[in-house]
Amino acid sequence: MSVNKDFFDPQRDFNYDFESAGHPAPGWTDANRVPDTLVPTHCCFCGVQCGMYLKVADGKVIGVEARDFPHNRGKLCPKGVVAYQQAGHPDRLLYPLIRRGGKGGTLERASWDEALDYVVSRWQRIQAEHGKDAVAIYSGSSMTNEKCYVMGKFARVALATRHIDYNGRLCMSSAAAGYARAFGIDRAPLPMTDIPLTNAMLVVGSNVAECFPVMMQWIWQARDRGAALIVVDPRETPLARTADLWLPVKPGTDPALLNALLRQIITDGLVDEAYLKARTNGWDEVRAAVAPFTPEAAERLCGVPAERIVAAARLYGRADPSLVMHARGIEHSTHGVNNVLACINLALARGQLGKPGGGAMMITGQGNGQGGREVGQKANQLPGYRHIDVPEDRQYIADLWGIPVAELPWEGAAATEMVHLMAEGAIKSCMVVCSNLMVSLPDNAVVQRALRQLDPLVVVDFFLSETAELADVVLPGTVWCEDEGTTTNLEGRVIKTNQAVAPPGEAKPDWQIAVELAERLGRGKFFPYRDVRAIWDELRLASKGGVSDYYGITWEKIDEQSGVFWPCPTLDSPGTPRLFTERFAHPDGRAKMFPIPYAPPAEEPGESFPLRLTTGRVVYHYLSGNQTRRLGFLLAQAPEPWVEIHPRLADQLGIANDEIVRVATPRGAMEVKALIAPTIRPDTIFIPYHWGHRLAANQLTNPAVEPTVKIPEYKACAARVEKLAATPAATTAATPFVVETAETARAAAAVSAATAGADAATTAITSGATENFTPANAPKMFPYAVGETKAPPEKAGKTF
Amino acid sequence: MAAAVKTLFVDPSRCIGCRSCEAACRECDSHKGESMVMVDFMDRDLSVATQPTVCMHCQDPVAPCAQVCPVLAILITPDGVVQMAEPSRCIGCRNCVYACPFGVPKFDTQARLMKKCNLCYDRTSQGVQPYCSQVCPTHALWYGDYEEFANSRVGHPANLTAFGEQSVRTRVYFVLPDETQKLDISALLDEASAQQRAGARPREEAWVL
Repeated sequence: MSVNKDFFDPQRDFNYDFESAGHPAPGWTDANRVPDTLVPTHCCFCGVQCGMYLKVADGKVIGVEARDFPHNRGKLCPKGVVAYQQAGHPDRLLYPLIRRGGKGGTLERASWDEALDYVVSRWQRIQAEHGKDAVAIYSGSSMTNEKCYVMGKFARVALATRHIDYNGRLCMSSAAAGYARAFGIDRAPLPMTDIPLTNAMLVVGSNVAECFPVMMQWIWQARDRGAALIVVDPRETPLARTADLWLPVKPGTDPALLNALLRQIITDGLVDEAYLKARTNGWDEVRAAVAPFTPEAAERLCGVPAERIVAAARLYGRADPSLVMHARGIEHSTHGVNNVLACINLALARGQLGKPGGGAMMITGQGNGQGGREVGQKANQLPGYRHIDVPEDRQYIADLWGIPVAELPWEGAAATEMVHLMAEGAIKSCMVVCSNLMVSLPDNAVVQRALRQLDPLVVVDFFLSETAELADVVLPGTVWCEDEGTTTNLEGRVIKTNQAVAPPGEAKPDWQIAVELAERLGRGKFFPYRDVRAIWDELRLASKGGVSDYYGITWEKIDEQSGVFWPCPTLDSPGTPRLFTERFAHPDGRAKMFPIPYAPPAEEPGESFPLRLTTGRVVYHYLSGNQTRRLGFLLAQAPEPWVEIHPRLADQLGIANDEIVRVATPRGAMEVKALIAPTIRPDTIFIPYHWGHRLAANQLTNPAVEPTVKIPEYKACAARVEKLAATPAATTAATPFVVETAETARAAAAVSAATAGADAATTAITSGATENFTPANAPKMFPYAVGETKAPPEKAGKTF
Repeated sequence: MAAAVKTLFVDPSRCIGCRSCEAACRECDSHKGESMVMVDFMDRDLSVATQPTVCMHCQDPVAPCAQVCPVLAILITPDGVVQMAEPSRCIGCRNCVYACPFGVPKFDTQARLMKKCNLCYDRTSQGVQPYCSQVCPTHALWYGDYEEFANSRVGHPANLTAFGEQSVRTRVYFVLPDETQKLDISALLDEASAQQRAGARPREEAWVL
């Protein structure tokens, strides 16, 4: 949660200071321009993708006006209001930049020909010497489906490299895998407009008010109708403030809480046995697995009072329909997939999936987070949610693209693993598109070392991001309103964004850059796109027959219907807003339930690091902040990060409000201002992550990843807070809550022993934090024992 | 007030402090870059509660800011909207700033002018809702008529605020807990100081660690 502005500047009188709302946008001096046109489009930021009109005059975007679109009803958050100021922003990159003097040199202006020729000549040499896989593409999800599709095809057809992955790996991969495993399809099963139909909402690890403000209207409409709201979050977020019940969970211990809720629902006889019998597999195992999780046992593990667990189970369990909503709080975890599956177990046990207003709903974060993971830029995927290991999927896409199937590369490294391949020298060059690794990846000292190894590091961006600062070649891309295309929002609704203005300077849309590179690589004939629509039509064909079938979604239909929900397999299909009403997407039509063991986060508090650090967002910034930190209004509201500390902890450490303190973890330390407030657990501290360099929270975070999908554990690591006067190396542990460690370990052991088949975590204390496992001993995703080295798996088992 | 009159309803319990209203307000061409709505944390040391402040457009007694203006710069339109000080008349005396019971008028020290919310008169006079309520993601700021509000929302809209002996009836409504007829500021202050005298009340259950 944010703070008043005087937190950042205590001397300033904000009452009468009109400048305090941030630097004005360019062009405001001649404010009286009347727009020539209103361009209907959508916001470029989060997964809600609010409808908006851009006001355009004389070829410039001069403002924004509300657009009554079905899912945002004319509402906008502050990011949406000022998003238009990115077009024509003075920081925009207008022409390509090259570091002619090598790694020590400066970025100098270059022509497109020089920049692209240089990149291609280097790539050809690297691939000739070190093999095709020595060049990688690191893509992103905050761009249109068409661009994401072209990036995947560019890597596999033009570069013929297996290493293509995208920043959705850091965002949604555990939810995607969870839904695919449970239901056979990865999409939020119901539209946001269904939320008011529910009678109880269980929001697990989602700060909806700050990360998806515009969703709040649907939550409030449900509450106006009497729906209960239960919030699971270590912090009292603005959503939790007015909730009926707030469960302040210890970061990283969610399976204990979720299992205890399910156990209580069983105990109270609130399970829908008929539904489970008719529509699911695996309930008996789940029922047995949650048996040891009594409210008291869960309380010892997750820190939520047992009475509140029981109350939450009854509030949620007695309501019908009821909805579980979850987001990064449980997904940014080394057991993120299990957390998601535990949420799904709750919804299935209550027989809610498929009901209007009922079920489980993931809240996808990035603008095109849903579309970005379906159209074939993920390490293991081909367009249409096809799997790169499945022979018929490979054949279909290879035929469509017109290449021999043998030439289609196999599965590559996940984004989080790519960094290690760069550091080891296996990847010699990488093109980063729509991503800012230096802010977004955990343990960024390692990331910086990896990126410096690359020659060349090519970055496509429209502002000089922290990652672009390290690049050898920077190519200027376009912001969203300078190009057209489709995105798929967090509901699975495919929508159309429209071009309002031409790109500034020599900037080009990302897809054109890829096409021009492909031409120089001699693969131009595979990219014969004259406009975005040609890409869209190819993408529709590529997804035809796949899990996420876009074939029936034409741009005209999107305009007519105000968005179309996939799957939409035929031209006369209206799309599918609500999934699973009759059957799930597994071949037998049933949902799979998985017993979820308790597992602690990879790193827990220990002697030298007695606290839990969790990171997250503030409402004013989007992801790595490369865009929002440049918009005056947003920067003025949150110019720098802070650390939230409970007053009890602050008293013990002798820290005052506004004091600059040092926060240290086994990876490093940063200096940051302290915000003392009781809106967080006393054993937990919070830092927002949107800033770079010395203000980056990801100097501290743990690079441990989920074993199967490789999502990093941003939400829980061990940390300590110390006064600046203390010497940085001090290991004299302030031990306010160390008692927790021993007790938690005992409780974990007790539950593990009682849970059949669950491995008791091997707990080692080496760094002063409790290491349950380290990145080094976690199983690797790459190289895989699949594809060319293993018999191809069943298609049914590979829906994710 | 006639039921069909559209006005703002302010519900602080829904405010999430996102300042969308501020961002939208400063988009207006008549005061580009300057927001006439304010969002403040009530007490960040205790809570994340926030409160949006807009002009309440006092009706009875008629706008104190206008009453104390020595040059009649603050005009009230026939539909009861208290306008921003007319720049050609305002002498920058700040009487209005001190007179307003809600702390709304802002004084622009550089321009030496009073500035405040005029209910987006350019928009509302054309049947479009004010920009702040248009964008507000939570309906903490909501524009419409009383009936429509009462039919769709929980909470009791009240437009009577009591400051001790003096009460003010406003065009803009606060949304209060059910059956609460007025926002009684002095009663709330008395309650708070009584609590303080009795010693800080326990705000939270004991943490389980």
